[in-house]
Amino acid sequence: MQPDLWFLYENMLRSRLFEEAVTRVWNDGRISGEMHLSIGEEAIVAGTVLQLRDGDAMALDHRGTSALVMRGVDMLLLLREFLGEAQGLCGGKGGHMHLFSKAHLAVSSGIVGASGPTAAGFALAARHLRPGTLALAFFGEGAMNQGRLLEAMNLAAAWKLPVVFVCKDSKWAITTVSATVTGGSLVKRAAGFGMPAETIDGTDAEAVWAAAQNALKRARAGIGPSFLHATCPHPEGHFLGDPLLRIARNPVSEIKKVAGPLVKSVTQVKGGPVLKRTGSLGKISALIGKSAKNQIFDRKDPLKSVRRKLEKDKNRLKKIEDGVYEEIQRIVSEAMNRAG
Amino acid sequence: MKTMSFADAIEDALAHMMANDDRIIILGEDVQMLRLNLLARFGKDRVLNAPISEAAFVGAAVSAAMAGLRPVVEVMLVDFIGVAMDALLNHAAKVEVFAGGNWNAPLVVRAACGGGYGDGGQHEQSLWGWLAHIPGLTVVVPSTPADAGGLMISALAHEGPVIYLEHKLLADYWLDYLGAGGRNTVQYDIPRQGAVGPVPDPWQPVPIGKAAIRREGSDITIAGVGVSVHRAFEAADILEQKGLAAEVLDLRTVAPLDTETVMASVSKTGRLLAVDEDYRDFGLSGELAARVLESGIQAKYGRVCTAETIPYNRQLEDRVLPNTDRIVEAALKISLGSF
Repeated sequence: MQPDLWFLYENMLRSRLFEEAVTRVWNDGRISGEMHLSIGEEAIVAGTVLQLRDGDAMALDHRGTSALVMRGVDMLLLLREFLGEAQGLCGGKGGHMHLFSKAHLAVSSGIVGASGPTAAGFALAARHLRPGTLALAFFGEGAMNQGRLLEAMNLAAAWKLPVVFVCKDSKWAITTVSATVTGGSLVKRAAGFGMPAETIDGTDAEAVWAAAQNALKRARAGIGPSFLHATCPHPEGHFLGDPLLRIARNPVSEIKKVAGPLVKSVTQVKGGPVLKRTGSLGKISALIGKSAKNQIFDRKDPLKSVRRKLEKDKNRLKKIEDGVYEEIQRIVSEAMNRAG
Repeated sequence: MKTMSFADAIEDALAHMMANDDRIIILGEDVQMLRLNLLARFGKDRVLNAPISEAAFVGAAVSAAMAGLRPVVEVMLVDFIGVAMDALLNHAAKVEVFAGGNWNAPLVVRAACGGGYGDGGQHEQSLWGWLAHIPGLTVVVPSTPADAGGLMISALAHEGPVIYLEHKLLADYWLDYLGAGGRNTVQYDIPRQGAVGPVPDPWQPVPIGKAAIRREGSDITIAGVGVSVHRAFEAADILEQKGLAAEVLDLRTVAPLDTETVMASVSKTGRLLAVDEDYRDFGLSGELAARVLESGIQAKYGRVCTAETIPYNRQLEDRVLPNTDRIVEAALKISLGSF
């Protein structure tokens, strides 16, 4: 089945606009704690989640918002949960990193790599109770260095569980360049467990859809798990307030805060050799520069690439965009009005 | 009533529940060998051998429970639970609250615990206090075959995660590897009353969170779980000869603790001796003292626990784990001058 681009775009846009609205509410100080956005991952989420059926399960990481929105979880409940309200999705007790929807068999976790075992367990229950259904696992490339995720991939392969492991590779593990802390190839690693594994452009919703279609089919047929390695940008960094991005965006004001202590550290009496110290200063500035370049959409925006294909029908596009925009506006104002 | 061994009681109760509920599955390391009878009766789809990947399969059991199964996940020895701790600490224990009370993870984590057979402190720990420390986890530690079966039935019916700990001196399959099965040349101090005993027919659930008074007495309350209960019996016999009537409380459940029964007993005796094979510091024994203090009951208090890493050498091990002599000594110490 070919994907309906209009359907993909509308869902991706809804997720994007919702998370942009969440960002504004967070910036206003109305949402406590951390906020990890799924902005940049929309094509990966759309290409996989929109193919799910009733009874399928999702094990999400700390960026679960997009997947829940596309799965049809009420955005008002989500926003009210982020606001910590008793009327939120989880009664205000979960928050954005711990979102649970029993009706959608969807859970998120703030512990990196936890979605692997969770998906395996969902898949085990699927095989016993709902044959033909499956579990999706979402995680970043940083989680591929977590033992439990690799253990879960082995478990799923050994037990032939209906799991689709989806690795969203932003190239950054929090503020560490993943390549500097990762040995070998992730796809080869997954393939080593005896499951099909491929790399796809995670900003191309159609490409994700096509790859996911095969993986989902294999899972539903009871053949076993698959691994999708999808690359994507995270234009907002690891979380809102990402220190590297702050410096990249406001170099003059932000660098002042770190420059003093940094220079002081370099000029202290005891420590590493002077050459090494100046070298580390260079490394720090290179890291900041790389972060800026890498994280602000240097690769294509997943939404823009779908939109380009739809531009020939401007009226329909406008109608969808206006509709989604109004929908988000309505939800935000309702949530904020109720919150007072 | 019929007579059964502790291990058979667990298995019999489990089989009884599995026969009536298709959602119950068993998974863990070696379970197809350890639970051979259940494998024969219920098949390999319900008795699943797992790789030695506790973090993965305990984590999977949590979500399998959330998605409608009733998994009994075995981690062989509770000492190995460290590698799967996140699945319990940050997932199983958190589901109910994080989901706003709308969802839970009804799984049973089954593990052998305890020492007294010279295996060293990486394979002989108790750890129930460590687990009971976490809100959201229920921790049960039976000491008789009837309770072993009855608590398994209650654990399987419970709507949240239950840690079910079976002492290796009571459930004999582990020692079968090292003792009777492999060789007849070693002896262990196995409490006979705990290893074999009467069980109800048909099975009756033993309520979670309910302690049992095993022996009545008016002078001192000795409270504990598992093998410690049997060591307390032996001590109570000796104390009786010395004119001290000890009441022995089998707590049976560590979390939630049956404060009411403990307080009723301590109100009567005015003395509490906590006997705990788990570590002394920041654990069950201290919790019992805190509950007494909070209740405002005036009581003398003492404890006999495991205070350090359990050494391998059998004689050293015997001194580190709570033994009858230490219990008698501690009981006399807190009763000095007042009987």
